Amino acid sequence: MIRGVGMLTLAIETSCDETSCAVIKDGRQVLSNIISSQIDIHKRFGGVVPEIASRKHIESINNILQEALDTAEVGFKDIDLIAVTRGPGLIGALLVGLSTAKALAYGLNIPIVGVNHIEGHVCANFIDHKDLEPPFTCLIVSGGHTYLVQANGYTDYELIGRTRDDAAGEAFDKVARSIGLPYPGGPHIDRLAKIGNMESVAFPRVIIDEHTYDFSFSGLKTAVLNHLNQMKQKNEEIIVEDIAASFQAAVLDVLVDKSFRLAKERKSDKLVVAGGVAANEGLRTMMMERGKKEGIKVYYPSKILCTDNAAMIGAAGYFNYINGNVSDLGMKVMPNLDIK
Amino acid sequence: MKIVLNSLDEAKKFGIKLGENLIVGDILCLNGNLGAGKTTLTKFIGLGLGVEEYITSPTFALINQYKGKIPVYHFDVYRLENVDELFDLGFDEYFYGSGVCIIEWADRIDKMIPKERIVIDIENGNNPNERILLLSGDEKRLEELMKGMDLD
Repeated sequence: MIRGVGMLTLAIETSCDETSCAVIKDGRQVLSNIISSQIDIHKRFGGVVPEIASRKHIESINNILQEALDTAEVGFKDIDLIAVTRGPGLIGALLVGLSTAKALAYGLNIPIVGVNHIEGHVCANFIDHKDLEPPFTCLIVSGGHTYLVQANGYTDYELIGRTRDDAAGEAFDKVARSIGLPYPGGPHIDRLAKIGNMESVAFPRVIIDEHTYDFSFSGLKTAVLNHLNQMKQKNEEIIVEDIAASFQAAVLDVLVDKSFRLAKERKSDKLVVAGGVAANEGLRTMMMERGKKEGIKVYYPSKILCTDNAAMIGAAGYFNYINGNVSDLGMKVMPNLDIK
Repeated sequence: MKIVLNSLDEAKKFGIKLGENLIVGDILCLNGNLGAGKTTLTKFIGLGLGVEEYITSPTFALINQYKGKIPVYHFDVYRLENVDELFDLGFDEYFYGSGVCIIEWADRIDKMIPKERIVIDIENGNNPNERILLLSGDEKRLEELMKGMDLD
């Protein structure tokens, strides 16, 4: 077989609350992508419960793996490469995926590639957009991550900006909780924001300063909480739709503005959005509108590929492999692994 | 012991001084509502401990580790509801390890944390930037710390 042609990658992702396995052909074609959403368990607790997450990964990974193979109508002997999330994430959860991946690579005597979860989110776009090629500017936003990245190649990512305190998705979840919305809060805020008045409260747009691409969302979260407290003290009615719309506008303004500022600085004609918050309808609309105005094409993945999933890890693993990045069986999990 | 911080600037001075005086084995418990400033105070303590990286919210990752003059382990147990969940994560190993532990929402896992600890309860004051800190915990260590910090 020519290296990289007709190649089947079996991918495993267990960095946080999802156990997921996928079979990918040549980096861009999904033969299967099985995600055991644990959202029902987590709803009870108002957050991701890591111990439950780790235990669930162990309980479900073999079934998910078999289902990924069955759905793709392939067997272990057809697999050419193993791709697995190495970090960042919860150490216990990552270990379940990595140990499984190593056992498979050793048993099948095929190469293994450890993948950065953040790179995986970017690569989700290669699956949905067959024509997308680097270089491009990329915004990765989720519950745990907020990064602005310049992709110079399929495996060459330059980290330009990051959050200095809370992740964008974390701000969504915490504000949602404070106005009594269930977990995960992002989709609920997005839904309410559509009917609320985004100009009802002027929450701060934290830019930090013009010279950095870093983000800060902690002050915004506090501003929302202070506003809610003041309203309660004055016995004024809190209109959650308006809070949601005003808060969401404050987050999106900053995300969109910085992304386009970087794209223009780097003369990118493509802007790629990835991660769980990329499913936010408000963000998508705002990005598309701004892209039209600026003459920059905006890409985002289908909603299923915005969430944590193994297909994106398979895509990233494939591109790493054909570029000569192969891991060995001694690789360790890296909970704090930053994008390079 | 009660300390009133009237501004972010005062919080920064206090945090840095506290960080400078922390030693290996110290366990610092931070309690307070969402938005009270637990992560912000941790950032300032980190400055005092010589941490050069950004200290970000550990809510998602649960634990972030930093290289300061001594290792800093920054926990957030906001998402945990049950102390049993900590055992499987091996959190207790950090408490008896070779660094400083700073634990946000520590009151949620009170029984798991060794008694030799410093507790800071952060409460909102009268204006949005005012915070009232209530310090308690191991009396001997607290006295030592306060002496070292030499607050006005």
